[in-house]
Amino acid sequence: MTAIQAKNLTLAYGQKPIFAELDLAIPKGKITVFIGSNGCGKSTLLRSLARLLKPQGGAIMLDGSEIAKLSSKEVARRLAILPQGPIAPEGLTVHQLVKQGRYPYQSWLQQWSHEDEKQVSRALEATHMDEFSARSVDSLSGGQRQRAWIAMTLAQNTQTILLDEPTTYLDMTHQIEILDLLFELNEREQRTIVMVLHDINLACRYAHHIVAVKDGLIHAQGEPESVMNERLIQEVFDLKCQVATDPIFGTPMCIPYGKGRRLSPETRKTPIGAL
Amino acid sequence: MNRWITIRNRVMSYQINRRTAFVIGMLIIANLAAIVVCTGLGSLYISPLEVARTILGIGDSTNSMIILSLRLPRVIIAVLVGSALAVAGALLQGIVRNPLTSPDVIGISGGASLGTVVFILYFSHVSVRFMPLSAMAGAFATAFLIYLFAYRKGITPMRLVLIGIGMATALTALTYMLILTASFTPTAVAVKAFTFMTGSIYGVSWERDVRTLLPWLIVLLPVALLYARHLNVQELGDEVATSVGSRVNVQRTILLIISVALAGAAVAIGGAINFIGLMAPHIARKLVGPAYGGVIPVSGLIGSLVLLLSDLVARTAFIPLDIPAGVFTAAIGAPFFIYLLYRHRNRA
Repeated sequence: MTAIQAKNLTLAYGQKPIFAELDLAIPKGKITVFIGSNGCGKSTLLRSLARLLKPQGGAIMLDGSEIAKLSSKEVARRLAILPQGPIAPEGLTVHQLVKQGRYPYQSWLQQWSHEDEKQVSRALEATHMDEFSARSVDSLSGGQRQRAWIAMTLAQNTQTILLDEPTTYLDMTHQIEILDLLFELNEREQRTIVMVLHDINLACRYAHHIVAVKDGLIHAQGEPESVMNERLIQEVFDLKCQVATDPIFGTPMCIPYGKGRRLSPETRKTPIGAL
Repeated sequence: MNRWITIRNRVMSYQINRRTAFVIGMLIIANLAAIVVCTGLGSLYISPLEVARTILGIGDSTNSMIILSLRLPRVIIAVLVGSALAVAGALLQGIVRNPLTSPDVIGISGGASLGTVVFILYFSHVSVRFMPLSAMAGAFATAFLIYLFAYRKGITPMRLVLIGIGMATALTALTYMLILTASFTPTAVAVKAFTFMTGSIYGVSWERDVRTLLPWLIVLLPVALLYARHLNVQELGDEVATSVGSRVNVQRTILLIISVALAGAAVAIGGAINFIGLMAPHIARKLVGPAYGGVIPVSGLIGSLVLLLSDLVARTAFIPLDIPAGVFTAAIGAPFFIYLLYRHRNRA
């Protein structure tokens, strides 16, 4: 089953082409993660899937219908995207922010239906933001702030959720917290989640499907266990590494070469598992 | 205590912040009190009670002529012009996501002024009834030009502000040049034009001014309030607004038209009164937070109150001189603007 499908997609920023005639299918009810080096176009691709960028050619299909032909509200009831580093106006409370997620369901007269109220409190609970609902967004810590924005996205109650680097600028604890939250959403409610992540190891841990992007092309895609290897990392990131097995999750884990304090001929020979 | 009031029935549902409702209530009371007191004050003092009774039509006062035909129109115009400018400013600040903007900063008021000054200088033989149309035409022409220059696959707020500031400066220069170079201009006409440039609601009447301005506001203010929810999502950035299903560029254009029409109408009657459009929305945000459902009505009420008080000072402080109210809004506004710049100095 396909949630979003790009057909013959051509994207460009001004005159500069980024993707040409690209085909891509995002599996429904799964977590898909885009990986790739900086500037490879993975964010662009994600944003175009959510109609934030108008393609020069080709089409995006959402649940089988062409996204450009659906009304903006119609799309917003099926698909939500959280862009990178959004900024809330000074003094806006978490409750007020999360409420904005109900916009596609509201009208001049109906601005706070029972359903709106239910979805907002559900989103606040799911993100554990209910206790902060009266706080202003700008007074929160980075992790809480990101959770507030995710809550807004959840209040939109869409089958498909796209997130552009949801863990950037967060410390390790908060990264795990956000990813666990998204994982649970997928697990419990079978929502389709598509995101851009920088951390390859976390991508392997959470993603059902990985899409490796390089220079405007899909370099490889599939289950992390089958696509992730030294050659892929070398080709996509231009980085020499060893791929080991994550001792807790059993998922692929990339350990890059480079310089380091204890690098010596002996440690280099030792298999990674024994370090 | 619950912080929200929920209104919900078969046709509609709204959630209103209790604090916002309280602030609006208090401001309505303050405005009513100011209307009564301002009407009473002047070269002849009339007690608030007498004013209130006359306005309500109970009891007959010997001063009813002064109250009803001289002072009340001016007070009502202060309310209308002040609230229109303030709401125009609130909308504009939301549209361009920049709190340092208002119709006078980006040249919309300047366009309306130019329209009016052209009218005063060259069309004084035509009925004065057409003056507002001339102001509106100036405001819309300016907005159109700003839009045209700022357009590049949609409107980005930053370009709009920068081009607007340039326009404002150019328009002011052009207006002064017109006044100064029109050598055939009789001094009286030039003085009238200068007074207009400062912003004055001296000598307004029911028939000409109130009746011209009121219909505009009756239509535009409720529409502005209905558009609050579109403005709320735009404030989260174009991408988030698109994600939740807003047609960002269409709504931005409509909001801009509402703002320009409000500013144009206000300038046509009140002249280029500065700073209300800048100040009122700020005070409103301090009182009720950034959600536009609250900011729009509260700005309007504050704008009205500020102009009522400014005009009171303007016409009573130097009796028998009647100074343009714009002088006083500028006297409070300019330091306020510096304070804002200072406060926002660390923000991008």
